Amino acid sequence: MTTDAAAVSITALSKRFERGDVLALDRIDLDVQPGEFVSLIGPSGCGKSTLLRIIGDLIRPTEGDILVNGKSAHAARLDRDYGIVFQDAVLYDWRTVAKNIALPLEMAGWDRRRRDARVTEMIDLGELSGFEKHHPWQLSGGMQQRVSIARALSFSPPLLLMDEPFGALDEMTRERMNNELLRIWQETLSTVVFVTHSIAESVFLSTRVVVMSARPGRIAGIVEIDLAHPRSSETREDARFAEHITQVRRLLRKGHALDAPEEDEAPLYVAEEGL
Amino acid sequence: MSSAAVARPVVEPRREALVPALRNIGLSLLVLAVVCLLWEAYKWLGERLEITHPFPVNNRTMPHVHDMVGQLFEPSRRNGPLLIDVLLDAAAFTAKEAAAGFLLGAAIGFGIAIVLSESRLLQRGFLPYIVASQTIPILAIAPMVVVWVNPKLPESLAGWGAVSVIAAYLTFFPVTINTLRGLQSADPRAVELMRSYAGNRWMILRKLRIPASFPFLFTALKIAAPAAVVGAIIGELPSSIQDGLAGAILNFNQYYITSPESLWATNIIAAALGIVFFLVVALAERLLVRRAPENVA
Repeated sequence: MTTDAAAVSITALSKRFERGDVLALDRIDLDVQPGEFVSLIGPSGCGKSTLLRIIGDLIRPTEGDILVNGKSAHAARLDRDYGIVFQDAVLYDWRTVAKNIALPLEMAGWDRRRRDARVTEMIDLGELSGFEKHHPWQLSGGMQQRVSIARALSFSPPLLLMDEPFGALDEMTRERMNNELLRIWQETLSTVVFVTHSIAESVFLSTRVVVMSARPGRIAGIVEIDLAHPRSSETREDARFAEHITQVRRLLRKGHALDAPEEDEAPLYVAEEGL
Repeated sequence: MSSAAVARPVVEPRREALVPALRNIGLSLLVLAVVCLLWEAYKWLGERLEITHPFPVNNRTMPHVHDMVGQLFEPSRRNGPLLIDVLLDAAAFTAKEAAAGFLLGAAIGFGIAIVLSESRLLQRGFLPYIVASQTIPILAIAPMVVVWVNPKLPESLAGWGAVSVIAAYLTFFPVTINTLRGLQSADPRAVELMRSYAGNRWMILRKLRIPASFPFLFTALKIAAPAAVVGAIIGELPSSIQDGLAGAILNFNQYYITSPESLWATNIIAAALGIVFFLVVALAERLLVRRAPENVA
């Protein structure tokens, strides 16, 4: 981790998509400090996934500045400064669980011995032992997502980007995964930027919740979450938990988010080939 | 901390699939038996009812199945070797040409697909001509291939080398088209994932696009394998090669009036060769491609 530099520093950042001439993000300012767990929450079309991809240098902003670990987002990507987890696990069918986790290590040029040692650690971290030689299609959805998280953390990136990682899971699995993610966050001391649709999830997980409004995507407000760590299922019954949920809900309403009719998430970003 | 149940494999890894395999073979044999039965039934009825449309039914137009098979175990000529020995020798010769052509065509087809997948410009420019190449009847280009290729071949390849090139010409096309599709089939988020690992084009190609293309590649190879056999047989005709199945087919064509069973027997062997080619590819696919059951054709 670079000393003193913010994990993510965003200044006056805007993104306009040429296709459809959509202003997805409008003059966003946001700093994320090392070790923070920051959630981005907002209605469909508020640009939260777009913002996450800009941090990851998977798409470029139209205007404004972004620094990741004190460098340009592009340099940070080439330095493998972040791991990313999508809503779907995006595992490679033709690789076993162990080999899926080893993929980023192969890309980074680790030799086999180091790879194997690290994969064993990650299998433990993700509580996946016994499944090393399984193929992804033989696992449940929650387990696939654990593999995906283990893969993202395998090369110890200082930053973890998560795009609605538990959105496709049922409520029970989701709560369990939330608990596990907090455990992993505390064990690895990484910084997390987490995109979600769920108010409860954002409050439970985060140190700060960034509430966004849609069309154009703006920051409606930021809620500091002062719930003690480690958090557990009891945290959800805490009175402060309910208060924070109300705070987030109010900000969403202020951004007209809750009054707006639900719309399907348009494919607001277009993967740009060969950046 | 986690309330996850004790980790136990929920699904056992796919192991020997012997029983389903045997069942499939049994089913195929059953279908074969039904087809033979229908053949014989139509023949029996046709002869009794004196059917003349679309063709008169008799022993010359529709020999008995057992006569065709029986012919294989008759001497091919007076005091000569059994027909089946002659045909198996011919099939082995044709198989050599077809296999070489298949491998050559598959390699070229795969290479073209990779080049085209990496450049939209080349793809737009070349794809129409690749399609056009297949509209030219193989019989029209075979003589030219023989004239161009044969003089440049070492002695060991002389004759059949040109035939392999013709078989390759039929093989590369489905491989190129399908592999191209397969290379472009990778999940866009998987591409983003590779880029998040600082993967360059080559790494994305090697670790993602090529493995993702394998199911498509093998679909193409299964189409191409029997096509390579057909290509080799047709290629033998203008090359005046007598040692392969084309020689046998030409020969027995001439004697069809007196011995129709011989041509039918030859066709059986040619068909069997195509099936063997297909099965070899299918077996290779089973061994090499591990995919979710729903993604396997």
